[in-house]
Amino acid sequence: MKHTHSTFCLAWAALLAANTAMADVKIGFSAPMSGPVAAVGQDQYDGFILGLERLNGKFGGQTVTVLKEDDQLKPELGNQIARKFIDRDKVDVLVGLGFSNVLMASLPRILESGTVAIATNAGPSTLAGAGCAANVFSIAWQNDGSAEAMGKYAQDAGFKKVFLLAPNYQAGKDNIAGFKRFYKGQVVDEIYTQVNQPDYSAEIAQVQAAGVDAVFVFYPGGMGVNFVKQFSQAGLMKKLPLLSAFTVDGTTLPSLRDAALGSVSGAMWDVALKAPGNADFVAAFSKKFGRTPSLYAAVAYDTAFLLDIAVKKVNGKTDNKPAFVAAVKAAGTELKSVRGPFKFGSNNMPVQNYYAFQAVKDGAAITVKQLSTPLAEHPDVYASLCKAK
Amino acid sequence: MSTSLLLAQLLNGLQYGVLLFLLAAGLTLVFGIMSFVNLAHGSLYMLGAYAFAVVGTQTDSFLLGVLAALVTGLLVGYVLEKTVVARLYQRDHLDHVLATFGLVMFFNEMVRMLWGPQALFVSLPDALSGTVELFGFTYPSYRFLIIAVGLLVAVGSQWLIHRTRVGMLIRAGSVNPTMVGALGVNIRFLNAMLFTLGAALAALAGAMAGPILSVQSGMGESVLITTLVVIVIGGIGSVQGAFYAALIVGVADTLGRSYLPLLLRQIADREVANAAGPALASMLVYVLMAVVLVVRPQGLFPAHKDK
Amino acid sequence: MCSRFLLPAWAWVFFALLACVPWYASATDDNFLTAFLARVLIYAIAATALNIALGWGGLVSLGHALFIGLGMYSVALPALAGISNGWVHLTVCVLSCMLVGGFTGLMSLRTSGIAFIMITLAFAQMGYFVLVSLKQFGGDDGLAVVAASDFGAFNLSSAASVYACALVLLLLLTVWMMKLRESPFGMSLRAGRQNSRRVNAIGLALKHYQLTAYVLSAVLCGVAGMLLANLNAYASPSSMSWVVSGDLIVMVVLGGMGTVAGPILGSFLFMGVEEVLKHVTDNWMAVFGLLIVAMAMLGKAGVVGWWQQRAKADHKKVSTTGDVA
Repeated sequence: MKHTHSTFCLAWAALLAANTAMADVKIGFSAPMSGPVAAVGQDQYDGFILGLERLNGKFGGQTVTVLKEDDQLKPELGNQIARKFIDRDKVDVLVGLGFSNVLMASLPRILESGTVAIATNAGPSTLAGAGCAANVFSIAWQNDGSAEAMGKYAQDAGFKKVFLLAPNYQAGKDNIAGFKRFYKGQVVDEIYTQVNQPDYSAEIAQVQAAGVDAVFVFYPGGMGVNFVKQFSQAGLMKKLPLLSAFTVDGTTLPSLRDAALGSVSGAMWDVALKAPGNADFVAAFSKKFGRTPSLYAAVAYDTAFLLDIAVKKVNGKTDNKPAFVAAVKAAGTELKSVRGPFKFGSNNMPVQNYYAFQAVKDGAAITVKQLSTPLAEHPDVYASLCKAK
Repeated sequence: MSTSLLLAQLLNGLQYGVLLFLLAAGLTLVFGIMSFVNLAHGSLYMLGAYAFAVVGTQTDSFLLGVLAALVTGLLVGYVLEKTVVARLYQRDHLDHVLATFGLVMFFNEMVRMLWGPQALFVSLPDALSGTVELFGFTYPSYRFLIIAVGLLVAVGSQWLIHRTRVGMLIRAGSVNPTMVGALGVNIRFLNAMLFTLGAALAALAGAMAGPILSVQSGMGESVLITTLVVIVIGGIGSVQGAFYAALIVGVADTLGRSYLPLLLRQIADREVANAAGPALASMLVYVLMAVVLVVRPQGLFPAHKDK
Repeated sequence: MCSRFLLPAWAWVFFALLACVPWYASATDDNFLTAFLARVLIYAIAATALNIALGWGGLVSLGHALFIGLGMYSVALPALAGISNGWVHLTVCVLSCMLVGGFTGLMSLRTSGIAFIMITLAFAQMGYFVLVSLKQFGGDDGLAVVAASDFGAFNLSSAASVYACALVLLLLLTVWMMKLRESPFGMSLRAGRQNSRRVNAIGLALKHYQLTAYVLSAVLCGVAGMLLANLNAYASPSSMSWVVSGDLIVMVVLGGMGTVAGPILGSFLFMGVEEVLKHVTDNWMAVFGLLIVAMAMLGKAGVVGWWQQRAKADHKKVSTTGDVA
């Protein structure tokens, strides 16, 4: 009895010693995992975990623990989760941070602590401009980017008159502004609809009455499904080119299917993109999770690889915050992203390509095909407002 | 402002109103006659939409989908009534609020556990996916089906409430349930039937809305508020009131959304109009309700005359 | 016994334990606990405030989150303009809540029952839509609070200071509530909930008491909002959505409507259970939902009500439901 007891203690001690010798990288991952945009959060988490798996569970040779939290799309909860990750769990990196409003509300504690935070789903203009911070990155996009690409696309395609629609909140206004930045034709009308509005028949009637060449919309999540379904049912999908940002994407296409055929969307990534490593990623994701990845998953997948490079740069010493921040920034340039060329701009926003994709039929399934690259290695317009080094 | 656009918007308002009515009809009955605050009505709507989506896509049949939704509504409504609702009749309204609040959380999560967070795909048979030329606009023919179903439910409920014995009992029960019970009517069975009927109506609304709206967890919340507004304007307990109020709200909301920003642009510059217009348009329905409540608190078409 | 020491013994123990939290948190290097409990305390204040209107007055308001929002923005907006004086923030908060509360209360009290619930909801939604559309004040993205409230002797720039302030406030509020409950004002209000006709017949203008209760609860909710803005260093319109109002009602009813300890307990229960369940299962919402349903069905007027009835049964007294308020 005594023998086994002492051997047990020895083994336990050895295990403890081994554990403390190996540094652990703690990741605090937060996203909306419930509610109307849960599909986005789920894709992000799955993409990140897939990336981690392909790196054998290690960033830069250090084992990784991922703590997951659901921000429920509530800014106040985002704030609390940031505190929990930083003060209680002492994470090395905060990943995810959810939608723009949740991200912004989480910032105070993040800025105070200097911990590296990588947003995988937003890039609000405040954060890109005057509110920028050295330790906060967006690896997704600056919010205006996709809309700007569609504006350029519309301009290049020669549409003389367009109609713009978006929900009446910050992101909606930013997207419309982004579109108008690159589109020089005539904007016949711009309508801001109520957030989570179910019925768009009134707006669709107005679009028909306006006699435009094209329509641009920004309707994320359920709003997008509603709008596109109704737009298509009104027979307009065949008559009027529908340009969109964050409306027809990997999370909404499965429920839209044929209704979205022919629509053009602007994004920094989609399934059909011919970029190194992309086909591999899509295949691996589809195999593991039984569904096609969306751009949200691609962003999270890239984040894992970015962190791998960054942790390698600091030799696992992630507690030196300024050094780690610099490493993450530099890692952006070395990242082999599945979306093509990528680097962080001076304001920690992505400088990347924005493509135009069209929803097409592939046998019985619906997929996308890459049309063009309206904006290549495109920085955002707020970088000059950022006074950080 | 062209007349054809105005007519088209009126039609849009009408069919949005009819969609609201389908939801409001069940809720106002439960609210008014059983005096039960049912926040889970939106969840029943969601379950109906899910049943329609799942069965409809599997069998490729619209009718079977609608049938599945109705059956789901009846079943879930019955089970809920027997287990939860029946025990809460005598209680304070706030206990109803608490219980149904918990049910909403439960159903949202359950649906997400079973079918995942993504919106479900809903297929429409080709016969219903076409468009119709009206006032110079192409109009989805499916919307006419919604209007037809809504009118059917309106007529059917009118007949049920005013021309049948059951309806008489329902009306009596809304005025004095104790007396009705004392007269020998099985009031518990009546209540169960009423709640189940309300649930079935909600599920039917979900099925009809499925093809045009996103079928996902939490889809009930966004329509629940508007539905509550409708039944308050119409008068709680009155299906007739719910019908007229739903139409009023539907038309007011649609016209408000379309024309308020335009009107504002006449008196203010574009920037202000673009900012204030949508805000005012979304507030319009609430302002309407507040005005009705202050001027005529029992609703525009109350179920029974107040003394 | 109670009036001697202002509060029953167990209440003092409770507050004493809470007072130890900041020290415990820094000792165990878990500052998150302070921030988390600060938030719970703030919601406890808001729930207590709502209880005045809801538990005592019987006024079911689905719009009280509006006042929390007003409180938040009465910190954020002056801070944006460079004013960090806490007393200015407080004045703005109290004045705006009195004005808005007075106006909405006047309008809403013309109705009763379901109509009252809906009209308060309408006002809250209107406030929410206005704030979401105002791009200059951040709109939906919200507004960072650039300067914490500075009251001269102390400021609310850290979680610990907000916690201390919230705890002291809650303590003062609890003592006041105990007194107010048995005061003529409180008694008239509570009587009005049971039978408004009788109260009016006696000669008391119930509507005046109800309006006062409503405005009082609005102002106190606003103060809670002020604390919240300082804690989060952020003001967001989503904190004034009807969902938050609903959460507040759940807290009050869960804890024990009309009692003094009820709202506080409700706040701790609601937020505590949520936090605990999150660690147990990913599908915690389903479990939480069912727990709430079970609680509602038990129907012993909330946890405090259930406890009080148990205590009464122990003393072999006959207890009647509805006596708890």
